[in-house]
Amino acid sequence: MALLSENSGRSLPDYETQAAKMKSFSPYADNGGSVIALAGDDFCVIAADTRLSTGFSIYTREQQKLFPLSSKTILGCSGCWCDTLTLTRLLTARMQMYEHEHQKEMPTLAVAQMLSTMLYYKRFFPYYVSNILGGLDEDGKGCVYSYDPIGHCEVTKYRAGGSAGALLQPLLDNQIGYKNQEGVEPVALTQEKAVAIIKDVFTSAAERDIYTGDSINIKIITKDGVQDSTFELRKD
Amino acid sequence: MALLNKADWHTPAPFWQNGPAPGAFYHFPGGSTHVDTGGFQRSQAPITTGTSVVGIQFKDGVLIAADILGSYGSLARFRNLERVMKVNDNIILGAGGDYADYQCLKSNIERKILEEECLDDGLSLKPKALHCWLTRVMYNRRSHFDPFWNNFIIGGLEGDKVFLGTVDKLGTAYSDPVIATGYGAYMATPILRKAYEENKDMTKDQAIELLYKVMQVLFYRDARSFPKYQLGIITREGGVEIQGPLTLDSYWGPAII
Amino acid sequence: MFRNQYDSDVTVWSPQGRLHQVEYAMEAVKLGSATVGLKNKTHAVLIALKRASSELSAHQKKIFPIDKHMGISISGLTADARMLSRYMRTECLNYKYSHDDLLPVSRLLASLGNKLQTCTQRYDRRPYGVGLLIAGYDDQGPHIYQTCPSSNYFDCKAMAIGARSQSARTYLEKHLNDLLTCNLDELIKHGLRALRDTLPNEVDLSVKNVSIAVVGKGTNFKIFDEDAISVYLSQIEDDKRSKLAEPDVEQDSKPPQPPPSDEGPQEPQVTVAMDTD
Repeated sequence: MALLSENSGRSLPDYETQAAKMKSFSPYADNGGSVIALAGDDFCVIAADTRLSTGFSIYTREQQKLFPLSSKTILGCSGCWCDTLTLTRLLTARMQMYEHEHQKEMPTLAVAQMLSTMLYYKRFFPYYVSNILGGLDEDGKGCVYSYDPIGHCEVTKYRAGGSAGALLQPLLDNQIGYKNQEGVEPVALTQEKAVAIIKDVFTSAAERDIYTGDSINIKIITKDGVQDSTFELRKD
Repeated sequence: MALLNKADWHTPAPFWQNGPAPGAFYHFPGGSTHVDTGGFQRSQAPITTGTSVVGIQFKDGVLIAADILGSYGSLARFRNLERVMKVNDNIILGAGGDYADYQCLKSNIERKILEEECLDDGLSLKPKALHCWLTRVMYNRRSHFDPFWNNFIIGGLEGDKVFLGTVDKLGTAYSDPVIATGYGAYMATPILRKAYEENKDMTKDQAIELLYKVMQVLFYRDARSFPKYQLGIITREGGVEIQGPLTLDSYWGPAII
Repeated sequence: MFRNQYDSDVTVWSPQGRLHQVEYAMEAVKLGSATVGLKNKTHAVLIALKRASSELSAHQKKIFPIDKHMGISISGLTADARMLSRYMRTECLNYKYSHDDLLPVSRLLASLGNKLQTCTQRYDRRPYGVGLLIAGYDDQGPHIYQTCPSSNYFDCKAMAIGARSQSARTYLEKHLNDLLTCNLDELIKHGLRALRDTLPNEVDLSVKNVSIAVVGKGTNFKIFDEDAISVYLSQIEDDKRSKLAEPDVEQDSKPPQPPPSDEGPQEPQVTVAMDTD
């Protein structure tokens, strides 16, 4: 797509190569990656793929994109990796300050609000990151917060984001949200079903999105702690 | 209060009201680029450049290789530019991209190491710490739209762990057992990944041989490359060693008609 | 009001080569309640005696976490200690932000020492009226450091500061050889016994007035809750105190003696403007 538009109006598109062109500096890069978070009554599952890429090359196949911020809150990031690194670094520093000032761990709701504020603070030079925050609220119920790059925040029960967000979300709408189905009684989400659906939808997304693949890392947050597992995806 | 200062967009929020921001007590080199002064020239493109850098982990150490050519556009301008350096007894660093930017950061890193040696407290910089520090430096500069136009590969030992990581001009950083920058990302990575996956516990000699082959491939296909290269080696037993310039064999028979 | 004519300012020397204002600041440390720090091969422990300033008030905090690998225990002006702890926390955060690692304890102390020192060399400053015991763990193992308002700091095997702390130091000196080789539980008990020696006979340690914190290999800095403290307290209940007689508190809390040849109006006691913990 980019190739086509760049060449429009030129008489000899076939002879133009990208290599000889001097590019002007852009502070952003698209490093791909997808994140899903699902909330249950007493748990939250959050998963992200582990491929870090740019254009047609893969930087690494084992990049962790889930950031445990506290024992009850995990952030999943995808998009511009340098912004992700900076944002999460800043977040952990702010969380530690909160802990020192209030002598308690920052609750998920507070993290969610702080993240929104921190993103909006850079409204005119945003962190180009798609954030999804999963965790347990103060009643122990699962919750998911999703963001746009400039700090819009929404609470949901399930959300997909990142390069394959548009491929994953409709599947979740149907399977978790019971959308566009008739005569089906919604049942409460179980951990097993959540994990199974995450594996299925990621497998499908990896077929269509070149920025999603290699493997996924799944973290299940419950009151007893965080359970970690991985699942292999296609690597091409 | 005045409207949001332009510089505020790039600096993180302060820890508390009117307090210091993360990094505010810390002096990052190049952090004081003046945004407001009208006649300031920012780097839009690299000038004298080095091409790919490749790095690989092996059983008990890391290798980093880069050729010694400094290109001026398509001109092979400098034929003996060393761009693999020893940082301290447990870190080596290889750089691609703009050579002046590399020299600037090199002197900053060397000063950092010297200051640490002067403390003489038995502690020495770890590769992960340097990797993170470089990431912050690169990100700060890109946020001022005045990037250091480099790709760095950092290799080192941290306790019994082997470390290999990279940072680019945006501050994109990751670590992996196999890293190649520039054209190496397209041509060297597949060879290195294949070899690494077949034998994760390579010996030093096997790794050296592999990098020789990879540098040869790059020399054949990358027009900005050179048949002489430097090799940075760091091992648990042998410490740091920078070899080179080593010469690549090449056969151009079919090309000469 | 003044003890002699050479203590009007921190920047004024006495002919004997002393800085009286700095020495007075050192006295503030001895007004705070006692605190003990000690270490073995893997762990460092802080134990502090908490005071309630009145019947109506709760016991005041004496131990503050700085980072995952470090914490401080204070004696002297609490408000000054708060400034110092905030400084130390910020230094640790900044190092973590820029180097993705924990700030080595010795490095933090060097910069803290410099910060304290500037206050003793400027006419528009006053020295911090607080002594700190710092417990930390880094690549070089566990550490106990002591800092003074005079901006001296010391790397210690074990140390006690605060009111009547001489008796605790006597205990620690006596058991110095055991400390390094004993396990963590024994170490905490040694610390509690040392702290108990600073108490007058009619007072005893309780879960309310004792605070314990530990940091070490594989253990982040942790302040114990009352349940954990009571376990250790019950274990030392039967041990005898080192001296049943009143320890030589006199020598400990004696203010700096006026130099014989210093002239001027004299007053026997340092006047203290603020409450201390």
